[in-house]
Amino acid sequence: MIAAISYSFLQEYWWAIISLLGALLVFLMFVQGGQSLLYTIGKTEMHRTMLVNTLGRKWEFTFTTLVTFGGAFFASFPLFYATSFGGAYWVWMAILFSFVLQAVSYEFRSKPANLLGKKTYDIFLFINGLMGPILIGTAVGTFFNGAAFSLNDYNQVMWQSASRGLEAVTTFHNVALGLVVFFLVRVLALQYFMNSIDDDEIIARSKKYLVYNTVLLLVFFLYFLVRLLIKDGYSYDADTLVVSLEKYKYLHNLLEMPLILIFFLAGVALLLWGIANDLLFKPGRGIWFSGIGTVLLVFSLFIIAGYNQTSYYPSWYDLQSSLTIRNSSSSHYTLQVMSYVSLLIPFVVAYIWYAWKSINKKKIDKTEMEETSQKY
Amino acid sequence: MFESIDFSLVDWSRAQFALTAMYHWLFVPLTLGTTFMIAIMETIYVRTGNPEWKKMTKFWMTLFGINFAIGVSTGIILEFEFGTNWSNYSWFVGDIFGAPLAIEGIMAFFMESTFIAVMFFGWNKLSPKLHLLSSWLVAIGASLSALWILVANGWMQSPVGTTFNPETARNEMTGFWEVLFSPVAVNKFLHTITSGFVLSAVFVIGVSAWFLLKKRHVVLARKSILVASIFGIISTLALIGTGDGSAKQVYKVQPMKFAAMEGLYEGGNGVAIKVFGLLSNNEADPEYSKLKDFVFKFEIPKFLSILAANDPNAYVPGVKDIIEGNEEQGILPVAEKIERGKLALSTLSEFKEAKKNGDMQKAAELRALLISDSFQSNNFKYLGYGHIKDVNYLIPNIALTFYAFHIMVMLGFFFLALFVLTFWWLIKGSLERKPWFLWIALFSTPLAYLASELGWVVAEVGRQPWIIQDLMTTSTAVTNISTSSVKITFALFAVIFTALLIAEIGIMIKQIKIGPKEVEGGLK
Repeated sequence: MIAAISYSFLQEYWWAIISLLGALLVFLMFVQGGQSLLYTIGKTEMHRTMLVNTLGRKWEFTFTTLVTFGGAFFASFPLFYATSFGGAYWVWMAILFSFVLQAVSYEFRSKPANLLGKKTYDIFLFINGLMGPILIGTAVGTFFNGAAFSLNDYNQVMWQSASRGLEAVTTFHNVALGLVVFFLVRVLALQYFMNSIDDDEIIARSKKYLVYNTVLLLVFFLYFLVRLLIKDGYSYDADTLVVSLEKYKYLHNLLEMPLILIFFLAGVALLLWGIANDLLFKPGRGIWFSGIGTVLLVFSLFIIAGYNQTSYYPSWYDLQSSLTIRNSSSSHYTLQVMSYVSLLIPFVVAYIWYAWKSINKKKIDKTEMEETSQKY
Repeated sequence: MFESIDFSLVDWSRAQFALTAMYHWLFVPLTLGTTFMIAIMETIYVRTGNPEWKKMTKFWMTLFGINFAIGVSTGIILEFEFGTNWSNYSWFVGDIFGAPLAIEGIMAFFMESTFIAVMFFGWNKLSPKLHLLSSWLVAIGASLSALWILVANGWMQSPVGTTFNPETARNEMTGFWEVLFSPVAVNKFLHTITSGFVLSAVFVIGVSAWFLLKKRHVVLARKSILVASIFGIISTLALIGTGDGSAKQVYKVQPMKFAAMEGLYEGGNGVAIKVFGLLSNNEADPEYSKLKDFVFKFEIPKFLSILAANDPNAYVPGVKDIIEGNEEQGILPVAEKIERGKLALSTLSEFKEAKKNGDMQKAAELRALLISDSFQSNNFKYLGYGHIKDVNYLIPNIALTFYAFHIMVMLGFFFLALFVLTFWWLIKGSLERKPWFLWIALFSTPLAYLASELGWVVAEVGRQPWIIQDLMTTSTAVTNISTSSVKITFALFAVIFTALLIAEIGIMIKQIKIGPKEVEGGLK
């Protein structure tokens, strides 16, 4: 079946999978959002323990999604992997440093003889919560604003900036996306706290900070969106693959792909409805609406970055070195092989859902934290 | 094809990758083996209802959990370092290497990480059988994770199932099953996971021996030793079998590594194996600065030929035979391989030039030549040799490979003896009356880590300078970045990993001293 599918379709299929993984990653980064709120919401040691434990039972999902996102990108679009990771060295290294600290912090923080002390591990979690979303968001911003690199005849990258990726922060639109991701995952985290913790103080405080973070999210999101829709984009010719600048490219992409426009609008609506649900009605259910909304929203942003003859990783230094899903993908055969494997994804999603539900059957409360020996 | 690269950059990039890989490998083997032993212990608990087995399960789970997190965090660094530090390599092999990595993520990592959460936090929330299923799925997921990355590594040692595409200037996969079931990959996977099983069994026995010496948690220690010694005996026998299989594959596809493992400079028929030897600083041959004389060596006649090919008179090439060639044995001299590699590079360059100049007829002719079967098998097969300027560069570090291999093998047999004696004295009831042996068991734990790391030293140092055997050297694979950037990240990783390792050891020792917690009679 898959063997009969065209190369160009498989390239689009794999960009859709990358987009879905990216969208799930942003949703699951509510773990990072929660870590950035440890000291804001957790005013007592017990509260911080409850927050860390409710997040700690999910950190592996986020981490694994990040690993799979990286692996899938490597497999399906290896030229991006080689170009961006090798080129924007310091951005990716900064992301890695923040994540390496996260994984151990959950496991080590409450264990005796942990060398650095509980506070240090909590600070590590806070650093990862702060840096992870902002850096990843800023790095993804270059999908729309481009980077300075060129490729030679052998597809080897020559990065044209000595700061090796850190120059991305000089474009505010990139940073704005970093801040959108940051405030978005904080919003999701606050909704997750309301959903998974049984404590009036935490719920009340989460509600209060949900308002502040929603306001900041909307400010940066609107800036990012308006700027995106009016900016020039990097378009390529379907036959010659020659890249050129096109006015209002991303606006055109949304209008020319109505289904994606619907996803985008539905994503925004669900996100806002989820927030309103937690603020105006019984708190706790909003995460589900906001979560689905986030996935739809981020998915549609990834799609307009790569579909409709758009370069998803443009080079403003050398336009013709820009990466597209046509010139940077794995071979037809490899995409076919991986597509067979991708048929397992629904099964994987199903057991993750089952595991999530079985662990979250009962909300975390003070009694459980006092009684259980199995805690972070 | 590739710019000349500063060699200090290559060395620092290799050092950074080696640092990450070796730290990563301090934690992964314990995960591979303890998950299975935990699942076995829990199975016995569910079948018997004896709370002692639940106590054991939870105790070893705690130690596993501490170890798991740091394994995961070093693993993500490794994955991304392929891109950050080896970008030319990432493009060149992404079509083959990326697929196993993605499959690993989709199939194995999610299984492992999802059910770990269930395993730790699902005791009171799931039925005993479902919880047990989760524990088994964690064990299977851990081994599956290892499978895919080892398939990728196996391909680097023996690049099969691919062809070079001149348009994209990379190798592309043509046979997935050939890559997956390559004999090198299969042996590598089995040998590596069984080494993890052995390390875990030594770890469990070592900790339990300490409990027996201190006369604490005696029942738990005895039962743990029973499980670990049986698991260890089976695993070590499998380890030896797969080690033999691996050695035979190295002989076939990486003869230089095989020669380095054995310190064999001049080959022949019916070659003796060096059970052990000591290298001096004196050059064995003025033409080859890396070949050093042996101060002494203890050999068994003909055994290397048997090990290599199950034939006491089989021909085994030495380092010089591989460099200088041997027409009778069909070994091409390196000088010829270099010429063939250079022709591949120059023809590829001509093809790219013709395309750039719009000379489509010439480009089409060159393309036809480049993709022809004869050119692929006679020239592209030796692509990497086109960059070689000094044949000495093709000889790996003999001393390091030789010692690493021999110490690893000796330790493997030592562990077999350890498991057999532990099991025998346990069932005879005399183990606790042999404190000297319990101390040996305890101090064998770091030896298991040493053996495990040495295995990777043999595999990776022994194949230098290749990152992909015969196709790509480390110097052509490296990201073109300032050496100082890599030095800084190396230092940062070294500090972070070392601090985390010290923390992990401290936590482990403390948890072992605290010991298992009492549990209620039934599953909660």
